[in-house]
Amino acid sequence: MQWLGHYNYWIYIALMMIGFYAVIAKPNLVKKVIGLGLFQTAAFLLYISIGMVEGGTAPIVWEHATLYVNPLPHVLILTAIVVAVSTLAVALALVIAINRAYGTVESDQIDAQNIKPGR
Amino acid sequence: MTTLTLDIILLFLLVVSAVAAISVRSLLAASMFLAIYSLLMALIWVHLQAVDVAFTEAAVGAGISTVLLVGTLVYIKSDEAPAPLIHWPSLAAVMITGAVLIYGTFDMPPFGDPTAPANLHVAPYYIAHSLEQTQVPNFVTSVLASYRGYDTLFETAVIFTAGISLILLLRQSSKHKRKKRS
Amino acid sequence: MKENLIVREAARLLIPFILLFGFYVIAHGEISPGGGFQGGVILASAFILYALVYGSKDSERVLSIRVSDPLTSLGVLIYAGVGVATMLLGGLFLDYNELNPAHPPAGQALGISLVELGVGITVSAVMITLFNEITRVFRK
Repeated sequence: MQWLGHYNYWIYIALMMIGFYAVIAKPNLVKKVIGLGLFQTAAFLLYISIGMVEGGTAPIVWEHATLYVNPLPHVLILTAIVVAVSTLAVALALVIAINRAYGTVESDQIDAQNIKPGR
Repeated sequence: MTTLTLDIILLFLLVVSAVAAISVRSLLAASMFLAIYSLLMALIWVHLQAVDVAFTEAAVGAGISTVLLVGTLVYIKSDEAPAPLIHWPSLAAVMITGAVLIYGTFDMPPFGDPTAPANLHVAPYYIAHSLEQTQVPNFVTSVLASYRGYDTLFETAVIFTAGISLILLLRQSSKHKRKKRS
Repeated sequence: MKENLIVREAARLLIPFILLFGFYVIAHGEISPGGGFQGGVILASAFILYALVYGSKDSERVLSIRVSDPLTSLGVLIYAGVGVATMLLGGLFLDYNELNPAHPPAGQALGISLVELGVGITVSAVMITLFNEITRVFRK
């Protein structure tokens, strides 16, 4: 892994950009939510890879271990993953409510409709 | 050498599943690709020795968020509307952002460096003193629940808030609909 | 899906083990990978499996809204309650050393176990609530 160096980070950034593209380019709301999930998980991957230590083992006490991986990014990302699923649930609830009000989840069709929701 | 090839294969499959997730028109297929992406991500995290995070991602990402997405798709009866393959202004914005981020990675320490600044500040203290101060062998749990306990308390409150907001958004409107119909 | 024999019987066999494994992951979060979040999600997945296979009426009988709604707040209450208890015992908020003044590391272990239990309860109840609310209109 060592000689790959920065190429790892570039692949993680590519994954983030795929998710980012889905958020801004796709008019379908569910696709936007999926792109957001892709972006978030790729950002977590970048963060975890910062804490990686060459030759370290998992951060649990083990008598044969010489070096441990940094546990602090793991803690922060654990929190972030569960918060990500919470925001995913709220986003999907909003998508369901929008679908109920407008009959569609394509954002260009929603903009084209001039009716007020919940009539 | 085998870890290197495993890593390359996993990352390649990850990029393929990400591109597939945003390209297919069937929304059910897109959710399934997102589940595959989450599972591959969990495998990569095991490879990076992040076992707690991999456990959580496999349970939460490949489990709960797939269930929630498929549950939403029951209401949405159509596939994604046909659209042109590439939206050029967005692609330009994404490329510029990616280039700026890649430029930012040139200053980062090499991958897996034990002397990187992230590994020198408080992490050695936690690793050295966690077992004697908390009697808990799992460093991640002791940091999560004891050294950084405030973060976990408010994160639990965030999860609770998400549950409350779902109740407010969806439970109310179905009761409202029943009242309107009667 | 209740009519499908294989799905019904497989779920009936698996659900107790899933629940047991969920409690195991919460309890062993200190020794092995795991903890409150992972165990809570596994517990919730057992209930979601039951709701998917047996339908909403049976799952409402097993875990009704009147039980799962207070459970979502009970976990946060346990967590904050541990903090208030340590304050009442003379220390700072969430200072687990006060839970066992004679041997502070044992107090830390006790505090961590209680806190993980609270997190597990809230996470499982909220995941069940999320599933129930999103599938609400399609319940028969």
